[in-house]
Amino acid sequence: MNKYITAPIDKTAIESLKAGDYVYISGIVYTARDAAHKRMYEILQKNGNLPIDLKEQVIYYMGPSPAREGRPVGSAGPTTASRMDKYTPQLLDLGLGAMIGKGKRSQEVIDAIIRNKAVYFAAVGGAGALLSKCIIESEVVAYDDLGTEAIRKLKVKDFPAIVVIDSKGNNLYEMAVKEYRRLEETEK
Amino acid sequence: MIREIQVKDITENIKEMCINVNYSLSDDMVCALGKAGKKEKSELGRQILDQLKENLQIAEADSIPICQDTGMAVVFLEIGQDVHLIGGSLEEAVNEGVRRGYTEGYLRKSVVGDPLIRENTKDNTPAVLHTRIVDGDKIRITVAPKGFGSENMSRVFMLKPAEGEEGVKNAVLTAVQDAGPNACPPMVVGVGIGGTFEKCALMAKEALLRPVGSHSEIPYIKEMEEELLQRINMLGIGPGGLGGTTTALAVNIKTYPTHIAGLPVAVNICCHVNRHIVRII
Repeated sequence: MNKYITAPIDKTAIESLKAGDYVYISGIVYTARDAAHKRMYEILQKNGNLPIDLKEQVIYYMGPSPAREGRPVGSAGPTTASRMDKYTPQLLDLGLGAMIGKGKRSQEVIDAIIRNKAVYFAAVGGAGALLSKCIIESEVVAYDDLGTEAIRKLKVKDFPAIVVIDSKGNNLYEMAVKEYRRLEETEK
Repeated sequence: MIREIQVKDITENIKEMCINVNYSLSDDMVCALGKAGKKEKSELGRQILDQLKENLQIAEADSIPICQDTGMAVVFLEIGQDVHLIGGSLEEAVNEGVRRGYTEGYLRKSVVGDPLIRENTKDNTPAVLHTRIVDGDKIRITVAPKGFGSENMSRVFMLKPAEGEEGVKNAVLTAVQDAGPNACPPMVVGVGIGGTFEKCALMAKEALLRPVGSHSEIPYIKEMEEELLQRINMLGIGPGGLGGTTTALAVNIKTYPTHIAGLPVAVNICCHVNRHIVRII
């Protein structure tokens, strides 16, 4: 089912999403990947304040290639989400609403998604040129020294993504793979 | 006859190759993606394959890298034994080419200088350089930037000889199954069988350079490539890992003699952005 949603994203909107829904996201999303997550985690270990308020926000696991003149970003596709798994449950407990990435998540992350009524989207990995067209503005808001790994505030319009893990813990990766594995076997 | 080649010519070529390879895929890959779109049984799978085709067109038309992970630059140099390199250090010349290519080409700098301290080198150097001395008076340069979404899912298995052909096939299927959506399928699967621990890993990487659609010259290896591709595409992983019948575009295998006690197998997985470019100077 195709759905249009806005970011930040509230609980009602999150709970209406089902694994397998195709969504177009418009609004504000923040980028953060390995190094930014590590820094945020270290701040939380010391009871410090994060550079952004995560409540109802969407984090996009992405480190863009450099922007050419006149463009907000370069290529901008998702990176593998599982590398953030160590840090994610704590961010979800702080109110993070949604994540955009690609690939599997750990059971700890799935439990935190259910516990906090959050959602995990996948964008198409390796389609960075196409996805960059949906990014209208980009501004570094923290950790500029990290280069591509800095936290960026992005304004996106109709950014395409797929609900992979919904707020009830349904997991499209498992559901869809089973479906096509069976299809091939019956055809044999 | 000794032929002199200036190392600055290597720098210039590598610079251009780093840029070109990140903005357009080789014909074999474009063709394989096109064919996959016609065969894919999942509607969402076809939609994703269409997006990947559109992504390639946008990358080329608007000069945006195909993928934001423009990779760690893997460079192969096959240097003719009658070549005399002049004008500086070969290794520095290669790194200078990578530095200029990644800077002038608006490519992402994805290399950290120390694997644990992890500070970005800010120019994507150093490259991973493999050199080989061959016959002749030419240099064959291959640039193959490698993204790490798929590199992270690659494996080495030190099998027992008794595990034989089935053991090898299971190793490949296990690696692909575990990689699943993380490796940005549809993937290209490079396999090295034999040699030593490091030799099989290098062969798996080299196997990724072989055009998709070509096969090993060894008849039973060619059969194994075909069988494995079919079995991988029955795993159900599909484009983007979201279910479907296109999980891999090719399985390319390289082999080498090995020790009486061993059967090393390496599986180097590459995403659908399987970048490689060759020039001979």
